Amino acid sequence: MELKAGTRLRSQVCTTEVMVVKAPANEIELTCGGAALVSLDAAIAADGAPAAGLDTGTQLGKRYTAADDDSLELLVTKAGAGTLAAAGVPLVFKEAKALPASD
Amino acid sequence: MSLGILLDMAASGQGDRVALGRADDGITFARLAELAAGGGAVIAAQPVGHVVMLGRNGPLMPHLLFAAAHAGLPFTPMNYRLPADQLTELLGDLDRPFIVADEDYLTVVKQTGHPVMSTTEFVTAAQSTTPTEAVYVDDSAPAVMLFTSGTTSKPKIVPLRHENLVSYILGTVEFGSAAEDDAALVTVPPYHVAAIGSVLSNLYSGRRVVYLPDFSAEGWLALVAEENVTTAMVVPTMLSRVVEHLAGAVANAPKLRLISYGGARMPQPVLERALAAFPNVGFVNAYGLTETSSTIALLGPDDHRAALAATDPKERARLGSAGKPVPGVEMQVRDDDGTVLGPDEVGELWVRGPQVSGEYVGVGSVLDADGWFPTKDRAWLDAEGYLFIEGRSDDTIIRGGENIAPAEIEDALVSHPAVLDAAVIGIDDDEWGQRLVAVVVRREGFATDADELKSYVRGQLRGSRTPDAIVWRTELPHTPTGKLLRREVVADVNAELAALTS
Repeated sequence: MELKAGTRLRSQVCTTEVMVVKAPANEIELTCGGAALVSLDAAIAADGAPAAGLDTGTQLGKRYTAADDDSLELLVTKAGAGTLAAAGVPLVFKEAKALPASD
Repeated sequence: MSLGILLDMAASGQGDRVALGRADDGITFARLAELAAGGGAVIAAQPVGHVVMLGRNGPLMPHLLFAAAHAGLPFTPMNYRLPADQLTELLGDLDRPFIVADEDYLTVVKQTGHPVMSTTEFVTAAQSTTPTEAVYVDDSAPAVMLFTSGTTSKPKIVPLRHENLVSYILGTVEFGSAAEDDAALVTVPPYHVAAIGSVLSNLYSGRRVVYLPDFSAEGWLALVAEENVTTAMVVPTMLSRVVEHLAGAVANAPKLRLISYGGARMPQPVLERALAAFPNVGFVNAYGLTETSSTIALLGPDDHRAALAATDPKERARLGSAGKPVPGVEMQVRDDDGTVLGPDEVGELWVRGPQVSGEYVGVGSVLDADGWFPTKDRAWLDAEGYLFIEGRSDDTIIRGGENIAPAEIEDALVSHPAVLDAAVIGIDDDEWGQRLVAVVVRREGFATDADELKSYVRGQLRGSRTPDAIVWRTELPHTPTGKLLRREVVADVNAELAALTS
């Protein structure tokens, strides 16, 4: 799937929704709970569930990235039960730099 | 990357928390989302192209900002003190404006001929209107359009796109990071970019906002104590009035942890007195422009403490710096022919990043081919990357071929105990090109004269920085957010000179 910043996607097997914050130049396969992420308006099966072992969950407001490559960044805009992954490798939290409130 | 997503996240992640007002009966994040959707439906039902707010800062501000986003229209808070003719002129630059105005300003607003609702009417309608689906707009559509403060020229309109504002928030705020009992006190007027920033960053971090629309030092200190305020943003004139009011006493601010300041130059004596008046509070200097979606650099509490404790003059000087760029923002200092300058060299500040709009209505984008925006601020970066702002390029005075930034002379003047406020301007002169005139407001109960002030400045700065003349005034003109209206000072002094020679 070709991604660009601002693209919004949803899981087919849980309530997870994400927004692409940073997109890599090359195409990449994104999944949640083992099933491909699809566009927000795509029809999905009502009875989907994350695959075994791919059910660690997503947290609202957290940013996820690949452990060894920060060219991809997804913001979770709705939490769910599945595990986010890129090319089959689970994504990790991006550590946020704490800034003091300025306005 | 639409603004609406920030509100959706806040409502689902921390819906029961109070977003606006008093801790015991304020509006929750979930309620704000309902009000915004209802307000969006009210707006979408009308044949309008732009949403305008004319009112004091308060819960209407986030309500209307997100209602406009819901309806897919740009939002513009405007200066509510403008007379009808100026208001009509500025509104003429907006597409079919729909205005929500506080009751106090309705008479003036009705003279403009545009559709108007009072704040009460709008809030009531939003409560009773069935929400419609949010109108989809592209990420590149303008979410907010702000008039620049116009200190040196006619105000220009800056469009801030959804992607600019969302990038700013994602780059600088961690979602839900505020503690349950955090509260921010907001005193800037709604038409200042920091007021937009405060709506979005407090919402995204989950922090309750308390408003003080009509600033007074007593009122500010009272609210800080009563509402258990933890963070507060002020412009320098507000902090100056607070420390004058305290007159050396330590403030009663039991929960206050952070004061951020910005919007204009902070006089060092005011900052030093504030640090003493709020010994347990961290200070943040935030630097940004309307065109950059608020803050692009900040000097944090640790930087303030390190600079205060430093013995090395270079480190000590960082107390007057704007700190380092926020994530996602790059900076360069360039000279007039575009050469990128090294550490400690003064030139124009250029910035780049997804939060930078760099665009004006009727002018278009002023970004260069590589996406860099010229701030028109003269600045330098020290060897460790700390940013120092000298002032607007337009303010530079050229005396005898030498470029002089008025700010350094103004800083020297206000460090004199008898000087409450000072502006240094260039007045046309046959011999020097421009002469340096210092316009000074004396502090009550103190005495000084022109010769003393001139020699005081000569003792601190190079001889070419000594004012050629001192003019006395009882006050100086400022914008409501504390920016000196330099062109009015120049006009005032020129008028006096013309009267003397005619």
